[in-house]
Amino acid sequence: MYRYIWLVPLLPLAGAAINGLLGRKFRFSERLIGGIAVGSIALAFLISLASVYSYAFGSNAIWPNVYVTSQDGASYSWIPGGAVRFTTGGHARSVASVQEKAREQFTKMSPEQAQRQTVPVLSAINEQERASLLDVEWSYQLDALSSIFMLVVTGVGLCIFVFATGYMHGEAGFYRFFAYMGLFMFSMLVLVMGSNFLMMFVGWEGVGLCSYLLIGYYFDRQEAANASRKAFITNRVGDFGFALAIFGVIATFGTTQYTDVFAQAANFPLEPLGQWGILSWIALGLFIGACGKSAQLPLHVWLPDAMAGPTPVSALIHAATMVTAGLYMLTRTNVIFQHSQTMMTVVAVVGAATALFAATIGITQNDIKKVLAYSTVSQLGFMFMACGVGAFAIGIFHVMTHAFFKALMFLGAGSVIHGMHHEQDMRRMGGLRKYMPYTYLTFLAGWLAICGIIPFSGFWSKDEILWSAASTRYVPVGWIVWIVGTIAATCTAFYMTRLMALTFWGKERFLDNHNEHSDGHEVHDKDHDTPAHHAHIPHESPASMWVPLAVLAVLATIGGFVGISPAFTGGHHVGGRMNIVNFLDPIIWNPTTRLFGTHEVVDSFGKPLELVEKHATASVLTTEPAHAEPPPPYGHEGFNLAHAIDSFLHNHTLTEWVFIIISLLVAGFGMFLGWLFYVKNPRLPDIWAARLRPLYLASYNKYWVDEFFGWAVTRRTMDAARAVFSFDSKVVDGAVNGSAAITRFTSRVTGLTDRYFVDGMVNAIAGFIVRLMSPLLRAAQTGFTQNYALVMVLGLVLAVILFFGADITKAFRAVFAVGF
Amino acid sequence: MHILLFKILSPFLGLLFQAPGQGRMALVWERAQNPDLSKFLIIGALLFIIGVAGVLTRRNIIVIFMSIELILNAANLNFLAMSRYLQETGSVNAVAGQIFAVFVIVVAAAEAAIGLGIVIALYRNKETIWVDEIDILKW
Repeated sequence: MYRYIWLVPLLPLAGAAINGLLGRKFRFSERLIGGIAVGSIALAFLISLASVYSYAFGSNAIWPNVYVTSQDGASYSWIPGGAVRFTTGGHARSVASVQEKAREQFTKMSPEQAQRQTVPVLSAINEQERASLLDVEWSYQLDALSSIFMLVVTGVGLCIFVFATGYMHGEAGFYRFFAYMGLFMFSMLVLVMGSNFLMMFVGWEGVGLCSYLLIGYYFDRQEAANASRKAFITNRVGDFGFALAIFGVIATFGTTQYTDVFAQAANFPLEPLGQWGILSWIALGLFIGACGKSAQLPLHVWLPDAMAGPTPVSALIHAATMVTAGLYMLTRTNVIFQHSQTMMTVVAVVGAATALFAATIGITQNDIKKVLAYSTVSQLGFMFMACGVGAFAIGIFHVMTHAFFKALMFLGAGSVIHGMHHEQDMRRMGGLRKYMPYTYLTFLAGWLAICGIIPFSGFWSKDEILWSAASTRYVPVGWIVWIVGTIAATCTAFYMTRLMALTFWGKERFLDNHNEHSDGHEVHDKDHDTPAHHAHIPHESPASMWVPLAVLAVLATIGGFVGISPAFTGGHHVGGRMNIVNFLDPIIWNPTTRLFGTHEVVDSFGKPLELVEKHATASVLTTEPAHAEPPPPYGHEGFNLAHAIDSFLHNHTLTEWVFIIISLLVAGFGMFLGWLFYVKNPRLPDIWAARLRPLYLASYNKYWVDEFFGWAVTRRTMDAARAVFSFDSKVVDGAVNGSAAITRFTSRVTGLTDRYFVDGMVNAIAGFIVRLMSPLLRAAQTGFTQNYALVMVLGLVLAVILFFGADITKAFRAVFAVGF
Repeated sequence: MHILLFKILSPFLGLLFQAPGQGRMALVWERAQNPDLSKFLIIGALLFIIGVAGVLTRRNIIVIFMSIELILNAANLNFLAMSRYLQETGSVNAVAGQIFAVFVIVVAAAEAAIGLGIVIALYRNKETIWVDEIDILKW
């Protein structure tokens, strides 16, 4: 079944093409458009499900081997080697001969040797020949990482598509919306399923484009148009870094295929903190790309503004899938990142800083979608934190749980906005529990999940992240990251409780000042013109909207059990491949053993080599028992919080429980504060805002980052543009205008000559001839029929004489022979 | 001069005045059995010339029409005569001329219908059927 994965990106593309190209011309009904879109995504989801099952769990499972469609010939050479050789100076030798040379050297070695000797063999071939080998194929890769992303993208995407058919009901651009959404799904699936860096880049740019189109969906609104441009331009900064990293990969490894690149990269030397080898530079470029796409400091500015798009877009693109592309890239290239301790540290620090930064902004925002947007940035920071401290599998775990609960909360917010007739300000909500019971119950699950309450999915992933940060041996700043992350988690619980309180609990404020309620009202409610709607009483959303919410709520509640913490299960990741950490194991490189995977040793091409003794490789992951620990991967580690507590308690599991209890306590503390401020005593927020006025203003104004960028980047760019413009308008335009003036003068002279001399000659001669000849021709045209008939008869007689004259004469001679 | 005139007219006179000693009906029968092609052709030519002269000289458009009918019928006569003649000489395709004559009659009928319609339209617009008062072909 996994041989059909190429259908997964193709189906949404087909749906998008049908909707986008034919939807307007043939005036598809909303049912048809929705059916095509949802149907294509549902089919893609089913195929992904079947593919992943047959890949990892079925009777013919090939897990942990990597499956690439080109293994079965189901691919084509996208950028053939010849094209690149041409651009690198037309080297005389053919690709085939270079490959032949490499193959000769390989066959002389034993298999193990060949595996170890990949780099020397390739570096024996000189630079130009290596560039000439670059042959990029279009093929899809199925492994543990792309499996998870395929399922999350299509599964959560399906829920959001169904929701959108209800939410977007009555919009003028219904077909356009679903065409963009389908195109987005295609791009995202190419991103996560591509088998090489260039395919990832294509998907990367594709999702950026769709994000731009969908943020600017209400392009007639100024702030949506501005937000779409802002998102696009900010992403360009990141994409620049990503592109440089890809060039670095090509220059270093001579290929972009993941399997080949990682096989070579695994043999490169490690680069401890402070060393900047080539892999560190590549990792820096990749990280800049990830920062742009995943909205990390300082490129986070576009994501909150992106909430100007329709809410399903916010849920799908700006919470669940696209913004996690950076995490996908980090995990995909974990070999490269793990070679560079510097970059690991940078990732962890930036992630932690973003998590806290965005969480503190989220506390003071009043727009429900803005709060969720900053929450997303903050959670993405948590994920980066996990990757930075070496727990890539946990980062992906948080991507998954976050996709569940954040998509749920965004869709819940969409439902609230829909029910409140496009009111987004939480200060005008309150008490919606009574009016929107389904939305409230599902939102409750999302709230408990993001706060990190124990059985809900968010707890498992966030707790694991904090534990990984505290116990990491990859970076020396793990304990700082842990402290920052814990504070951010407290803030998360606080602002989410605030959101719940302002929206669903407390006093019903929407009846108070509804005459102020106008903004965005006329934008998209065609069917809201009935008198009942104008009473501004919130209403529950239709089933097409709350059913996806219910599905996501179930996932947000139980989805965390695939990554249940080892502290609960006796120190082991139980569940076999159903456990996400075990499932992702084959793609995570281990800097200590310098091999892929922890338990089973898997070579870079995905084929298991041998089973090694558990003690040699186990317990490298920090979640493993601490006895018989190997040395830290980079030779040194700084202060390690978990080790410090462990050495105090002498019990590894107990140490882990300490951190679990701390994380539960801070979650509870944040929720208690939220309850105290917004339920128990609603006057407290104002009092504290006045007391901490500078902090409040900084948070409320988002630390003036937008203003800073506006001053430092936008204004400087405008100044430069103005200078260039004045040069253009004065010097360049002056030259152009001068030559134009000369042309005008010469053309006037030639024009006068033409008009008076040439035209005069022509008129004189032609007029003379016409005047001379016309009476003759005019006289022939009498207008009387009989004149024309006479001419005809004369012509006939003439013709008869011409043709039969001799015969007639002869006949006369014969008949009247006598006398002639 | 009178001898020349006699020479010219003698074939035509032969048509009109039969030889003595033969009955009129017998003569007709004999002529029918042994047609003399040239006589038919001469009559056809006469009809054609009369028709052309009528078309060219008459001012009344109805008469012009009648003259056109004469021209057409002259052609018909030629067809029939030739057909009959060729039948005598044993040509295989001799009946084609008779079929053609039928076609010509049909076309003539259609032409007459359309032409008279045009005449009526013309009269309604110009209040005349005299062709020398109609010179709008000039424009």
